[in-house]
Amino acid sequence: MSHGFHDLLGIESLTAAQIEFLLDQSVPFQQFNAQPLKKLATLRGKTVALAFFEPSTRTRISFGTAAARLGADTQNLQAEASSLRKGESLLDTVRTLDAMKPDLIVMRHSSSGAPHLVAGRLAIPVINAGDGTHEHPTQALLDALTIRDRRGRDRKGRLDGLRVTIVGDILHSRVARSNLHLLSKFDAQFTLCGPPMWVPAQLESLVPRVQREPRLERALEGADVVLVLRVQQERLHEPPLPPDEYVLGYQLTPERLRRARPDAIVLHPGPMVRGMEIHPEVADGPQSCVLEQVTNGLAVRMALLFLMIVGGRTEEAAATASP
Amino acid sequence: MLLIKNGRVLDPASKTDASLEVLLEGDRIARVGQGLTPPGAEVLDARGLCVAPGFIDLHCHLREPGFEISETIETGARAAARGGFTAVCPMANTNPVHDHATVTRAILKRAREAGGAQVWPIGAASRGLKGEALAEIAAMREAGIVAVSDDGKPIATAKLLRQVMDYCRALDLTVMDHCEDASLFAGCVMREGPRSAQLGLRGMPPQTESIAVARGIQVCELTGCRFHVAHLSARASLELVREAKRKGLPVTCEVTPHHFTLIDEDVTYDTHHKMNPPLASRSDREALIEGLRDGTVDAIATDHAPHAAHLKDVEFDCAPFGLTGFETALALALTELVHAGRVPLLRAVELFTTGPAHVLGPSSPARGRRAIAPGEPADLTLFSFDRAWTFRAADSASKSRNTPFDDRAFRGGPAATVIAGRLAFET
Repeated sequence: MSHGFHDLLGIESLTAAQIEFLLDQSVPFQQFNAQPLKKLATLRGKTVALAFFEPSTRTRISFGTAAARLGADTQNLQAEASSLRKGESLLDTVRTLDAMKPDLIVMRHSSSGAPHLVAGRLAIPVINAGDGTHEHPTQALLDALTIRDRRGRDRKGRLDGLRVTIVGDILHSRVARSNLHLLSKFDAQFTLCGPPMWVPAQLESLVPRVQREPRLERALEGADVVLVLRVQQERLHEPPLPPDEYVLGYQLTPERLRRARPDAIVLHPGPMVRGMEIHPEVADGPQSCVLEQVTNGLAVRMALLFLMIVGGRTEEAAATASP
Repeated sequence: MLLIKNGRVLDPASKTDASLEVLLEGDRIARVGQGLTPPGAEVLDARGLCVAPGFIDLHCHLREPGFEISETIETGARAAARGGFTAVCPMANTNPVHDHATVTRAILKRAREAGGAQVWPIGAASRGLKGEALAEIAAMREAGIVAVSDDGKPIATAKLLRQVMDYCRALDLTVMDHCEDASLFAGCVMREGPRSAQLGLRGMPPQTESIAVARGIQVCELTGCRFHVAHLSARASLELVREAKRKGLPVTCEVTPHHFTLIDEDVTYDTHHKMNPPLASRSDREALIEGLRDGTVDAIATDHAPHAAHLKDVEFDCAPFGLTGFETALALALTELVHAGRVPLLRAVELFTTGPAHVLGPSSPARGRRAIAPGEPADLTLFSFDRAWTFRAADSASKSRNTPFDDRAFRGGPAATVIAGRLAFET
């Protein structure tokens, strides 16, 4: 079996088998990253273009580190993309990058569908590192890897049939969308909770088995996984909600979390604002997986870069460490 | 003299659907009947074709002056003639804005030289389309505008709309509004619904339009001026228009071919699906077709909005709204409405002829009517009722190719266009 795709633009079009394959292939890199010396020659001579048209720290550093550990060089582009931008078009910008002959392009953009536009025109593979309010596939993969690990340590290690509660601005969240697509392929049941204007009815038709529950206490009942989304304070074209209102209704507090299953895990894609969407005690508590998510993100991205640029078995790739 | 023989004459004004000959003399229709044998007349054999009064497009963008990279009056008027239109009404969002009579005269001069469809320009309602001061409407009226609109955006405030409508009532001009609530519209690129949620594109609810339609109808009631809803797309808006008509208010509306053909579920990241108003829901489309059938909708208008390829070849959020429409409008009406059994043929013809003429009112060049009768203008649209053909955007006469209908198979389409007694286009 191979990963079976040329570009990774979203989770929606992947199968459960492809997802499990990607997670399995990430495991050797999880182990590799735990070693004291972390440099491979697997992708020596290869170049990864990091094209970030929207400010990003974590994801950009994660992909950059993943490329470096595999021995690849990186081309870094950080540019502001705005709908009011005059001047060079997105396609001209990425064609310029492409002319330097990278082997893969990792792209983040504030417009949904922008990586699809680029993938349609470039021969090299494209990884979507987050497009607008559409998808963030590598985040969903690292979340799944984190869930699988935690459940594996405690119990059976499977993704099937989870009860997942997502809390926050779900309408505008690409992390939520990619997670909905991914976990629904493993028959998850979802409860969406957040300020009602950000949890509109049309989200129920995105994937099967979605319900909305405006009260967080009830939304958390029996949850296996709680995905807490970041609150974006300033949102163009949207009247803001006072932060205190958000805290009152939707902050994940220790008391509220007790409604979930005792072994429920808490995910947050970061950057996390303590005291806003998440109570500090929860953020630092035993159920929080925030830092494991970051660690797993590196492994998932290494696996993807390796599979999409050269292909083969990551087990062998990770074993050819040449420190 | 031009004698059009063997055609199936479709004249909604007289409810005629019969095999008749039409004799044109100069720029007028001389006679309509059977067995006409005028000596020395040139003969156009319309065997197998329908002969209708000249089609009027109430809503298009010819991009000149200012945006000639996307379209010129010449290419636009030629594309219109190829689509079967004998007259088209370009909106005022040019550069400079068509808000004073110098621009009106320049447009009309270029149109006379172009030799395609006649151009009946629509003037801006407000100066610079800024929604503040009134444009020079009376001067533009003298120079030849047929209506006013700030199309591209709504007339900014109810107060301004009232002023414009008070003014235009005295000038016997129809006010056309791009009905849209600015705050609900802000930042949106498609209709709100399951598809917008899936694509992660910002969606607007149908009330974005219907709130503004309600405003227009109420100001119509206040002023008595003719009010026309441009590119109506939502069921809720249509219901408001239906109710206004029932009350006897001078309210009219138009529907575009893309809104009666496509729905939001058809939207992809291909920017040819980005238009304003956006493609609506399946239920809205059903309502529009019913309105086209039952007379609530007065006209089919293209909202032909050409954009040069590079302008559309960008992120969905960044792309300009609009698609070309002249050369596919009739074929879409025949295929999606008539052959689909939803709208009778004569009614479909009405939506391109007497309907739009009525919208413009009695003092427009169409004088409120459109007919195949002696003394009427020799503007005729000849079309095939059921010829199978495929539209190729690359063959378009427009300067732009931004259409989602490239490579689409049609049943029926334009065959020849007669403008002021002269053949302007023939397949």
